Amino acid sequence: MRWKRALAIVLRQMYLLRASPARVVPLFAWVGIDIVLWGFITKYLNTIVTRGFSFVPTILGAVLLWDFMVRVMQGITTAFFEDVWTRNFLNVFATPLSITEYISGLVLSSVITSSIGLIIMLLLSTGVFGLSFFAYGIVMGAFLLVLFLFGIALGIFAAAVVLRLGPAAEWFIWPIPALLSPFAGVFYPLSTLPAWMRGIAISLPASHVFEGMRAVVASGAASSAELLRGLGLALLYIALAMWFFVKIYSIAVRDGLIARYSAESVT
Amino acid sequence: MRLPAHCDDGEVSNVLSVVNLEKRYGDTVAVGGISFEVAPKEIVGLLGPNGAGKTTTINMILGVLQPTAGTIQIEGIDTSRQRSQALERTNFAAVYAPLPGNLTVRQNLRFFGMIYGVKPLSERIADLLEQFDLRRFADTKCGVLSSGEQTRVCLAKAMLNRPQLLLLDEPTASLDPATAREIRAKIRDSAQDGTGGVLWTSHNMYEVEDVCDRVLFLSHGKIFLEGDPKRLPSEYGKSSLEELFITVAREPLTIQD
Repeated sequence: MRWKRALAIVLRQMYLLRASPARVVPLFAWVGIDIVLWGFITKYLNTIVTRGFSFVPTILGAVLLWDFMVRVMQGITTAFFEDVWTRNFLNVFATPLSITEYISGLVLSSVITSSIGLIIMLLLSTGVFGLSFFAYGIVMGAFLLVLFLFGIALGIFAAAVVLRLGPAAEWFIWPIPALLSPFAGVFYPLSTLPAWMRGIAISLPASHVFEGMRAVVASGAASSAELLRGLGLALLYIALAMWFFVKIYSIAVRDGLIARYSAESVT
Repeated sequence: MRLPAHCDDGEVSNVLSVVNLEKRYGDTVAVGGISFEVAPKEIVGLLGPNGAGKTTTINMILGVLQPTAGTIQIEGIDTSRQRSQALERTNFAAVYAPLPGNLTVRQNLRFFGMIYGVKPLSERIADLLEQFDLRRFADTKCGVLSSGEQTRVCLAKAMLNRPQLLLLDEPTASLDPATAREIRAKIRDSAQDGTGGVLWTSHNMYEVEDVCDRVLFLSHGKIFLEGDPKRLPSEYGKSSLEELFITVAREPLTIQD
């Protein structure tokens, strides 16, 4: 593993961000809009329920955490799509760059881009809507870590799908977070879900984070076993996503898809 | 024709050794068990009609296409076992692989220079911008350059790491004759001054005769002929390399006989 090669991927992303408002604005615009929208919804809800209960930490906090995970995933897929959009696979994969170095570069790029989104969300949610992260305590770091790792796993998985199916498969990728959100229990406890959905939900690291977050708001403490399950699952998903990407890459090299990627020869 | 260089212990030290290389897609044979070498300072032309297996061969050497059988060694390093180490010694330029158009010339060279571990990178980039007459385009996005200028950027990228094995797939296809001649001279000088070798595909037989020390005629995935491009036509009763090429492409059996 040569980190300088991974840093080349990061540098490329920085060059592209620097030169293109179309790439910079989405880093903070959508998450900013989400926080403003849900901030006002929580403010309104606080006026119609029993005094003393605040929706801010449960709903606005959940929106912030969920959006952070989505930004991590999209940070990876967008950096990967740069090679799709510029038909650059042949140039990139004919170099000494290994798959681990390439993926590491995508993840590092995502750390930077998702951090920008997170900072904007924190500023808006605390500054405008009074969300206090002291309410969660240090466990907030664990929540963010699990969601960050799960976002990485989703990003690598999504990149592998596009590598296999071709550029048009990009449209399978954008809805993945929306597809997962009902199962992740972002806004409601998992007990709300029917049994079959709960079965899927407990296999998602994100659902353990949101259960933990609600436990902190309700009782002041999250179950460490719950968080460890989330962490373990997130690490497992990263390992599975890496395996999947390597497998898809091997198939692409065997079938000549790297050199003729735009042919979309998978039917 | 230059002969393969020899190590002190007498063993041949080729820049590229390809042995029984084969690529099949189901029942279709794209490359059918070819073997060849490229020696240090040697420029080898890989010729053949469209679909003969030239680009497939180059893609296998570059590690972006897995061979069905056979081995590829770059300076003795097996590409299937030590891919990164082998590819550190290689680079390529191909007419069908332009560099990303949304990065400037300098940004593209820096990106690939970091991947190839080029040191000192800024000096090397400045040197290549000068060599390939790209200084005035250094901060221009590649996508707005003319096809000839983009080809020069690709060639500059291909020379970044001073590769021991340079793979060129129709490198001068979009260049005007004057620029093409200049580029040919640069690559020839670079091969003569350094210790690396070049594998070159082209459909321009004048260019091949001018540049290559040895040519391999590929047809239907097999090497049909091999030899000095200046002598081969007369050896097979043809007036020019182009005439020989056309015969190999259309009636390979007459050559075999």
